[in-house]
Amino acid sequence: MDIIVNGKTNTVQPNTSVADLITILALDGKRFAIEINKELVLRSSFDTTHLHAGDKIEIVGAIGGG
Amino acid sequence: MKKDSLIIAGKEYQSRLLTGTGKYTDMEQTQQATEASGAEIITIAIRRSNIGQHADEPNLLDILPPEKYTLLPNTAGCYTLEDAVRTCRLARELLDGHKLVKLEVLGNEKTLFPDVIETLKAAEILVKDNFDVMVYTNDDPIIAKQLEEIGCVAVMPLAAPIGSGLGIRNPYNILEIIENANVPILVDAGVGTASDAAIAMELGCDGILMNTAIANAQNPVLMATAMKNAVLAGRQAFLAGRIPRKRYASASSPIDGSFV
Repeated sequence: MDIIVNGKTNTVQPNTSVADLITILALDGKRFAIEINKELVLRSSFDTTHLHAGDKIEIVGAIGGG
Repeated sequence: MKKDSLIIAGKEYQSRLLTGTGKYTDMEQTQQATEASGAEIITIAIRRSNIGQHADEPNLLDILPPEKYTLLPNTAGCYTLEDAVRTCRLARELLDGHKLVKLEVLGNEKTLFPDVIETLKAAEILVKDNFDVMVYTNDDPIIAKQLEEIGCVAVMPLAAPIGSGLGIRNPYNILEIIENANVPILVDAGVGTASDAAIAMELGCDGILMNTAIANAQNPVLMATAMKNAVLAGRQAFLAGRIPRKRYASASSPIDGSFV
């Protein structure tokens, strides 16, 4: 199924969890925060939150800004 | 001189200069200028992670670690209260429950003036959601007071548009905001050079937040030092109490004992 990650289409297996996605994107151990369809997903829910076709996922971090 | 701390959300700071981390040439310059400024609170922006790219590139939080600096995630670039609230919640999760945020809800791309109606609404939501909100606003004393009453931990009126370097355009409004405030008032945006920072502090501002004036100076590290000194000088002059302005001269040497 297709999902949108940071504006780009990615194809993942059905029933992929957020934790799975993090591993697929090689983000394990990195500092980031995630929302799905504009709703924050807490780190504690990564294993139990599953993705659905068409989900819009934003993965963000800190950068320089004023 | 006795200790003169800035207290924001119950935490004491010795520096009254807060700096942004945007617009620098590279991470090294960001780190050096931040260090030179003496800032203890630094703003950061929340943006999309660069997935799969530059895996070894240093991360901002590696060079400016949260153990050393109080991070102030901002909502820069947000034009709606929904986006501003989303950004704050992401920041809190990103920084392990960190509550302090800089709220800005913009209203116009050319001026980057705040949309104060949306700002008030967003502030209310964030305060109820247990955030410590430092809020960017215009130099309107009425709105500044309302933001304080909502529960913002600091109110930060602009001196001039963000990045403009125009200096303190409306000192009497800033003064009015300061005199009516029960929370720290920090000038946020518009400072161009050291004298602007000193003027803001002489008015009685509790602190100044700046980014462009340092980052875009010809020598950012030297300007960071200048700003540190200007904020300190302005603060000391404020505490010392300046002489009143008078139209005519007042001799500095005594008349008594004059032999001419």
